[in-house]
Amino acid sequence: MSEVKDNQGPLWEVFIQSKNNLPYKHAGSVHAFDGEMALQNARDLYTRRGEGRAIWVVPSNQIISSVPTDEDSFFDPSDDKIYRHPTFYTVKEGVKNM
Amino acid sequence: MDEAKQEELFWKKIEAEEKIEPKDWMPEDYRKNLIRQISQHAHSEVIGMQPEGNWITRAPSLRAKKVLLAKIQDEAGHGLYLYSACETLGVSRDTLIEQLHQQKAKYSSIFNYPVLSWADIGAVGWLVDGAAIVNQVSLQRTSYGPYSRAMVRICKEESFHQRQGYEIITQMANGTAEQREMAQDALNRLWWPSLMMFGPTDKDSPNSAKAMKWKIKRESNDLLRQRFIDKTVPQAEILGLSIPDPDLELQADGSYKFGEINWQEFYDVVQGNGPCNKQRLDHHIKAHNEGAWVREAAIAYGMSKSKETIAA
Ligand SMILES: [Fe+2]
Ligand SMILES: [Fe+2]
Repeated sequence: MSEVKDNQGPLWEVFIQSKNNLPYKHAGSVHAFDGEMALQNARDLYTRRGEGRAIWVVPSNQIISSVPTDEDSFFDPSDDKIYRHPTFYTVKEGVKNM
Repeated sequence: MDEAKQEELFWKKIEAEEKIEPKDWMPEDYRKNLIRQISQHAHSEVIGMQPEGNWITRAPSLRAKKVLLAKIQDEAGHGLYLYSACETLGVSRDTLIEQLHQQKAKYSSIFNYPVLSWADIGAVGWLVDGAAIVNQVSLQRTSYGPYSRAMVRICKEESFHQRQGYEIITQMANGTAEQREMAQDALNRLWWPSLMMFGPTDKDSPNSAKAMKWKIKRESNDLLRQRFIDKTVPQAEILGLSIPDPDLELQADGSYKFGEINWQEFYDVVQGNGPCNKQRLDHHIKAHNEGAWVREAAIAYGMSKSKETIAA
């Protein structure tokens, strides 16, 4: 086991669902020594005014993210498929409810 | 991608008002300056709890006590949002606290003034939070994403702080002759230090230019100070309190001309010679050290739990 040094505990990322049926949104981070403590700290820190109905906490070192410098090539495949958008198609004038 | 290309990309983003995110390439100086500014801001929120915390047990009513507690709890929250933003730049919370204790990092000099009466608590909410709001509203547009988002969240909470302060000072100003005098006295003592919160004048603030170029800072010290004065003077007038500045003068454009700030006092307090510098720092160090056993126990508990999970 590594030596125990006085510290604030590992970092956790906090995601909050503000209302039922809305996606979870990143709020920030907290320090805590286990998941339960992370949840309680996140509640105290990020939901003092009813900002959330549900919380996820994830150890920060478990998050895998895309690399910003590869942004262009990474998201390339979506750029040339304009036919995925409804505006790609022409609809005869007078056609309704489409 | 080579560094020149990355730097070009960085400046393109800054120019386009896009936010820089933690994993983005950034100049080392930009990162350093951000760490300095955000950590100073975080420490200010946390140290700022001390003068107000002194009054929790002496609040004049249960309502006043509940409100003050909630306000101070928010300030702790602000400190944590900002530490959290600062940590995305690759510096640990422990390092930040160590820098504060070793006086390598500063906090706002306003908190080195004593809070002597209940009227001062009102003046702090009204003036100190008021000045902080002017600064923080401007910083919502700062170029670093996590800092900007912390500012947005903080600004949402601040207006309650200023209102609760103004409510207290209003009650005092409309109270007995003695209470009124306390309100005026609080304004007399805290007015000039509040103006100093915006920092040196633009011509004496060499760091500002760089921070503005990077868009870490969005508006100049003098401009923000003027905005605060123009907002606050009419609020004092409504209460019948007078601003302790004989040179204050309403100008044709609706803004106020104001007197010379005592910059010697500002630099003295910044350099550690204010009335409460030592007390504030000593208290923070003491509280931190006294909490060491709690963290130790929590570390041991956390480790035993993660072992359990691995075993299961
Ligand atoms: Fe605050
Ligand atoms: Fe505040």
